[in-house]
Amino acid sequence: MLYNPKLSKFLESYGIVLVVIVMMVVIALSRPDVFLTPQNLTNILKQNATLALVALGMFVVIVTAGIDLSVGSTLALSMVTLALASRMGLPWPVVLLIGPLVGIAVGLVNGIGLTWLKLPHPFIMTLGTLNAVRGIAYLVTEGAPISGLQPEVRYLGQAYYDLGIFAPPAGIPASLIVVAVCAIGLWFFLEKTSTGRHIYAIGGNPQAARVSGVNVNGVLILVYVISGFMAGLGGLLLAGRTDSGFPNAGLMLELDAIAAVIIGGASFFGGRGTVVGVLAGVLIMGLLRNGLNINNVSSFWQMVLIGVVIIFAVWIDVIRRRAAVRT
Amino acid sequence: MNGTAPPLLEARGIAKYFGAITALHDVNFHVGRGEVLGVVGDNGAGKSTLMKILSGLYQPSEGELVLDGRPVRFASPKEARRAGIEMVYQDFALAGNMPIYENIYMGREPGIKLGPLTIIDHKKAREMARSHLDNLHINVKSVDQNTEDLSGGQRQAVAIARATAFHAQLVIMDEPTAALAIKEVGKVLDLIRRLKDHGVAVIIISHRMDDIFYCCDRVIALYQGTNFAESPLAATSRNEVIGWIMGTKGHTESLAHDRLQ
Repeated sequence: MLYNPKLSKFLESYGIVLVVIVMMVVIALSRPDVFLTPQNLTNILKQNATLALVALGMFVVIVTAGIDLSVGSTLALSMVTLALASRMGLPWPVVLLIGPLVGIAVGLVNGIGLTWLKLPHPFIMTLGTLNAVRGIAYLVTEGAPISGLQPEVRYLGQAYYDLGIFAPPAGIPASLIVVAVCAIGLWFFLEKTSTGRHIYAIGGNPQAARVSGVNVNGVLILVYVISGFMAGLGGLLLAGRTDSGFPNAGLMLELDAIAAVIIGGASFFGGRGTVVGVLAGVLIMGLLRNGLNINNVSSFWQMVLIGVVIIFAVWIDVIRRRAAVRT
Repeated sequence: MNGTAPPLLEARGIAKYFGAITALHDVNFHVGRGEVLGVVGDNGAGKSTLMKILSGLYQPSEGELVLDGRPVRFASPKEARRAGIEMVYQDFALAGNMPIYENIYMGREPGIKLGPLTIIDHKKAREMARSHLDNLHINVKSVDQNTEDLSGGQRQAVAIARATAFHAQLVIMDEPTAALAIKEVGKVLDLIRRLKDHGVAVIIISHRMDDIFYCCDRVIALYQGTNFAESPLAATSRNEVIGWIMGTKGHTESLAHDRLQ
């Protein structure tokens, strides 16, 4: 009765989306006057765009049973370098590229370090870069934020399209489109391409991937590059939204990203998870924060609740696995 | 060898050193088309090292491999596979989180090639997997089942299907029945004999005399890193082969391992 196979199958596919809908209903009922305003909804999307990108990158790493602790620092370094470049007066197309390129560079360091140094776990390599990259971000800025970006650089983080329907400042944020493009691209890559499938295979059984002729080290490097790229892109959005590059941006962001991925149903041990789940995980965290904010619950309680949600989400997963085994 | 046609694969004077350790020295053997060759030997006799050399995982320190009369050198398992040499591992080496059909075509996915990337034609891969499994008389509920949901015997069958999915000439099997339940051993051994009917040569490494005597044509024994003895299966006996494993020739009934003095 408790372990119904049909129900567990349904929950496996749509459960997480269901959770998002239930949360929205509950929050809407608690503050109907605030939650459903276009402005609030626009804000939720904008505020969580950066986390969504970083979580998508983290997800790819976690699918290989890895972890990338350096994403928060990478985001900060991307942000401050592009802000510096903007202040130096470099042409804006170059500045736009700098954020993602810095991310790719950090990802390469992570991936190459991990595979060449043969460190026992990516936790260690990326813990190293978490510290080192953050340090560099402080060094290049001497610890102070850099503000005043070119309008073109700010565009992706700040623009929104009211489509003639919404009253400003509400509308479809440009950052949502960035997230959508990345999510769809990533989904296609993971589901439809050989390399994407190899990422799952490595998470399931790296030995099987290796003997099947998969260049495991190459794929691992690529995975950390993707994660770095997403962090860099997230940095670009955040810089646009805040009109500055500050070296302490994205502190503990890696933990939020991991939480979103895990809440979204990906296995921490690799090989399992979906792009849709990750986006839902991000939304669950974002909605939780927003719902508590608009109900004037202190941010300390938000931390407690997010902690509970993480544990609860993984526990649900454990139950579901057990149900699957029993059928 | 005998006649004009060279054997499918011949190993000539293979040696492998790991630092000061000699894992293999002066190993010579051959296997013909559609032949099932059993390789026996005690732990540490060099069976696994030899198989890793044949499958391209290791490169020999000395000696050469001759495939179809031409010397070959495999820098990686990928190159060995390209030459038609496939390996089936004791632990099946399948990604349990992925469906049967994806495991079969992993690394060789059908679809549109874009540089290093293949856009996978999942539909075609499913169909190919289905017809290939049918060919080998392997029964599974669906090719979409994850391999972690299969029994040990089914997993081994999928691993063998993967090895033979692309015109394999030689399949090397490392202890193919070691991880199986007894009732599944027979099915896997029958599958191995079926490969022979498809003209595929098989090398089986096994400890289990039952396996060797059920499906091999010929058996060679490794002892302390070199080939010690060899015989067509019809011309030897279990006791003799067990004697070879322990490094004795001219084995007689009195030394049989299953007898108490």
